[in-house]
Amino acid sequence: MLSLPALRVGTLARRGVLGAASIRAAHGHSGHVATQEDMSVPHYYDKRSFPLPDVPYQKELGTEQKALKEKEKGSWKQLSNEEKVALYHLKFNQTFAEMNRPSNEWKTVLGGIFVFFGITGLIVSPLAVSPVFPPKPRTLTDEWKAQQVKRMLDMRINPIQGFSAKWDYDKNEWKK
Amino acid sequence: MSLLPKPQMRGLLAKRLRFHIVGAMITSLGCAVLYKYGVAEPRKRAYADFYKDYDSMKDFEAMREAGVFESVQPKNS
Repeated sequence: MLSLPALRVGTLARRGVLGAASIRAAHGHSGHVATQEDMSVPHYYDKRSFPLPDVPYQKELGTEQKALKEKEKGSWKQLSNEEKVALYHLKFNQTFAEMNRPSNEWKTVLGGIFVFFGITGLIVSPLAVSPVFPPKPRTLTDEWKAQQVKRMLDMRINPIQGFSAKWDYDKNEWKK
Repeated sequence: MSLLPKPQMRGLLAKRLRFHIVGAMITSLGCAVLYKYGVAEPRKRAYADFYKDYDSMKDFEAMREAGVFESVQPKNS
């Protein structure tokens, strides 16, 4: 009974549509390579809370990049603006602005929450009206509740600002 | 590339603290004042007005007639 939808979800998942990786990629989270990184050596990361990566972004430098690194060892006043930006991009992958950019992920999260609310409602609501619950206690019938209110008014419950304060004892009705 | 204005370099914590301490003082004092004049004073007035012309014996006789007591019965029974 449950196998047919499970099979279809399986094919969808195999296509990567429902995968968490594809949803994360849709919101621009990881732009990572398909191969696994070697976790036994220090690796580069862009982290907002600790923006000090263990290694520079570009480890192997071409010839002009090596020349630029040599020029960096001198006085920085002789570097042009393009050279400074190039040196930055050797060291770091994303700028702070790119790293901290807002995304639309919250819409996906909220949408997923509501979808599951809906599914739960579809499952639960037939059960709520069906005869699975025992009869309600007699203290919840209207007759009992009216007698209870009368007794509370007779006892002058909260006569100053609360319950009995709203009852007009002379006219025997609720105050307008 | 045009030069950006030099950003604020010092006194950032002091500025934040001043903003938040002033705001907290105003918020808490405001809450206290609103509560006093919105809740406490009307309540005191309501109680004073209730007890100004309150006849407790008359109230007791009314409750007795309604039959809520165990120590005294209504007068007619």
